[in-house]
Amino acid sequence: MSRATLRAEDVTLAYGHTTVVHGVSLSVDEGGVGLIGESGSGKTTLARALLGLLKPRSGRIVYGSRELPAMGRGERARFRGAVQPVFQDGSEALDPRMRIGASVAEALTAHHRMDRAAREARIAELLADVGLDPALAARRPHQLSGGQRQRAVIARALAVRPEVLVLDEPTSALDVTVQARILDLLQRLREEHGLGYLLITHNLAVVDRLCRTSHVLYAGRVVETGATRDLLTRPAHPYTLALRDAVPRIGVPTAVPAAVTARPAGTGAPAVADRGCPFRHRCPLAVDRCHAEPPVLRDAGGGRRVACHRAEEVLSGALRQ
Amino acid sequence: MTTVELRGTPLRRVGNLARADVLATVGAVILAVIVLAALLAPWLAPYPADGGSATHPAEALLPPGADHWFGTDQVGRDVFTRILFGARTSLFIAVAVLGLAAVAGVTLGVVAGYAGGVVRDVIMRITDVFLAFPALLLSLALAVVLQPSVTTVIVAIAVTWWPWYARLTASVAQSVAGRGFIDAARCLGVPAPKIVFRHVLPNSLTPVLVQLSLDAGGVILTASALSYLGLGAQEPAAEWGLMVEQGQTLFTTDWWVVTFPGLAILVTAFAFNVLGEGLRAGLDPHRRAR
Amino acid sequence: MTLMRVRDLEVRIGGRTISSVPSLDLGPGECVAIVGESGSGKTTALLATLGLVEGARVSGAVTVCDTDVLTAGPRRLRAIRGARIALVMQSPQAALNPAMRLGTLMRRALARHGVKGPAAKARAADAVAAVLLDEGVLRRYPHQVSGGQAQRFAIALAIALGAEVVVADEPTSALDVTVQAEVVAVLRRLREERGLAVLIVSHDLALVSSIADRVIVMKDGRVVESGPAAAIFAAPADPYTRELVAAVPELPPPYDPASPPASPPASPPASPSASPPASPPRTGGAP
Repeated sequence: MSRATLRAEDVTLAYGHTTVVHGVSLSVDEGGVGLIGESGSGKTTLARALLGLLKPRSGRIVYGSRELPAMGRGERARFRGAVQPVFQDGSEALDPRMRIGASVAEALTAHHRMDRAAREARIAELLADVGLDPALAARRPHQLSGGQRQRAVIARALAVRPEVLVLDEPTSALDVTVQARILDLLQRLREEHGLGYLLITHNLAVVDRLCRTSHVLYAGRVVETGATRDLLTRPAHPYTLALRDAVPRIGVPTAVPAAVTARPAGTGAPAVADRGCPFRHRCPLAVDRCHAEPPVLRDAGGGRRVACHRAEEVLSGALRQ
Repeated sequence: MTTVELRGTPLRRVGNLARADVLATVGAVILAVIVLAALLAPWLAPYPADGGSATHPAEALLPPGADHWFGTDQVGRDVFTRILFGARTSLFIAVAVLGLAAVAGVTLGVVAGYAGGVVRDVIMRITDVFLAFPALLLSLALAVVLQPSVTTVIVAIAVTWWPWYARLTASVAQSVAGRGFIDAARCLGVPAPKIVFRHVLPNSLTPVLVQLSLDAGGVILTASALSYLGLGAQEPAAEWGLMVEQGQTLFTTDWWVVTFPGLAILVTAFAFNVLGEGLRAGLDPHRRAR
Repeated sequence: MTLMRVRDLEVRIGGRTISSVPSLDLGPGECVAIVGESGSGKTTALLATLGLVEGARVSGAVTVCDTDVLTAGPRRLRAIRGARIALVMQSPQAALNPAMRLGTLMRRALARHGVKGPAAKARAADAVAAVLLDEGVLRRYPHQVSGGQAQRFAIALAIALGAEVVVADEPTSALDVTVQAEVVAVLRRLREERGLAVLIVSHDLALVSSIADRVIVMKDGRVVESGPAAAIFAAPADPYTRELVAAVPELPPPYDPASPPASPPASPPASPSASPPASPPRTGGAP
């Protein structure tokens, strides 16, 4: 099966006069692509654009060989079927008034006619595939646990036989043991169905588990890109380093990353920089050049790309505590 | 500490819910009695013929007694009988007005709320125009232009009533349209009309239902006011507002002619209000424990 | 000296025990964590220590700063809440009056506890500095500060009122990781410098391990394991604790230039499924 890829090419997204995402390019492949960022980084906005829910201010969303807005009716329907979302909160993603079976059925009949018997058989099959008891089809979302809801959302997405899942914080609303099981499920489904994943999260461990390549987003810009394992082991951008050092680990006292304490107290969300590096106010390595000249994504060797003037120093351990 | 204290634990809410349920139950029971009385009027009424044009001049203006519980009116008709028959007209007007207003208002509102942008602006400006007229005045003008009748009253009130539902629904639908399951449906390629009527509409209805029950009393009062002004139901039809209008000159001498239909209006309006208040409290997601 | 002492606490609704904690002691500068998943009764236990559980039968003994919380009257409870023991919630912004500047909020809270004028000003400045916030934050409204700032302000408020115990319900789970690290750092600092006692409720084991001295693991309303944090995380005895510890997603270790790993770090892993060995195979059964 030749898969059509989903790509963002130099995409800029804005709400009104506020630009949220600045010229981001990425491509979703079968290895899994992670989009790492904290709240306000523009990651969810980018996901909405890739799902065709938001029109780019500039740049292109491309599926296969065609640009999204230029697609005809049939192609657009194919795109709709091929790219499916799994959002953070399963209780939000399912119509609270519909039974689980009806929600899945809606996906099944969105593009094809299906008789009742075939539909019910397929619903049972889909629920079983995500590890749910088919009897739960008769339940409403609030009667399920958080993990079961998230499984139901995944079952609905699979109903249209998608090629790409856009996963927006798929586990962060769940208990830890449930999180682990959902990640197992996602890993198995990818192998069985040949799915491409775009995983949006602030949880580095989840990205490490599911994505071969990752992009780190800060204030709407990609600041670092590379192989996930490599990126997490040896960050080249001070922000990536701060993110990974901030993750609490069992048995290791959490170090407050230098990049966190360096932030002048009282400043709120990262300001969008007109000039200079967007991270400069929080960066412990910021020098005059960082205030004057915005860094562009450049090759840092080994398939790594990074937008930092002092990436080499970060790589060589200048920020190690 | 005062700034970070819990706002009512789920356990504390149970009390409020029970009170809301009591209210709703009281309203529902009174209404059930009124509806039954209206439906069974021909069998319940002691003098069914008095619901229409029968006259008994010899028995005019008898005070309440064993034969006539609520007395008789100027032409000798049993007031109790006419109140039972009047319930049919009043309830019919309330249901028809609210039905028309809700269908028109909710449909436009849900479309406006989901579509947003220009569509929303156009629909909202139209409702603004209707809202700019005082409701009773517009009803009066319409009732004057059209022939006085029950239908006229229904149309006149409905025309002034729907914009409220359009506004209410639009604002609720707008917030529903921003929720995850709507995005999910769009991503599945579900056509917009289906999204609107399958997902947005059902999830926007609760506040409208509550508003409808709160409004029913108001509609009956408005309809009675129009009848009272001679613009609604016409003799010999039994209608509570009309009965009050016809009896008003007798208030000091033969109080029963006007008092009982007035009380009927009051009780019905009260029952609807109590039911609406109970529903509002009971269905409010913020007050209901999950 | 013990600031909080819980013995045989049991919260029941309709004959069902929703939370029971046999024993919990919290001294100055200590941090105890109650760990569990949703429905484990951990939040109920926390509310019980504040005397905030209503509509349920609460038995046992809870002593906070020499006050028996379970038998104390409302007036006595109000007197210790805030002044001695303070609650920090998951989303502090929701708990801050949106129409009031943070400074006003703090001033009013202090005034209610009898601190006014220059003394109040000094206290506010001291508390804000203690949580590493700039004094400028006092001039802002709740919606103008970030989640992490609001959370630290909530802690500052507790400090200003002289609270000796802070009770925190999932204080960082609504926050980004870098912000979470800040809040944890602030809490640790306050423990060390001011002897603040912290009772924290969380489902995040990794977070708990980085802050707590002792851990109480709860499941279905009961304590399944408790003890020193280091011991529990190093060798969890209860199967459920083991499952919790195993479920914590693990990051690859940082690259150490002094001792490079066998494989060159620049090469991506062969396949994503060859990722961390930390997660043992599990069945895909519905949770």
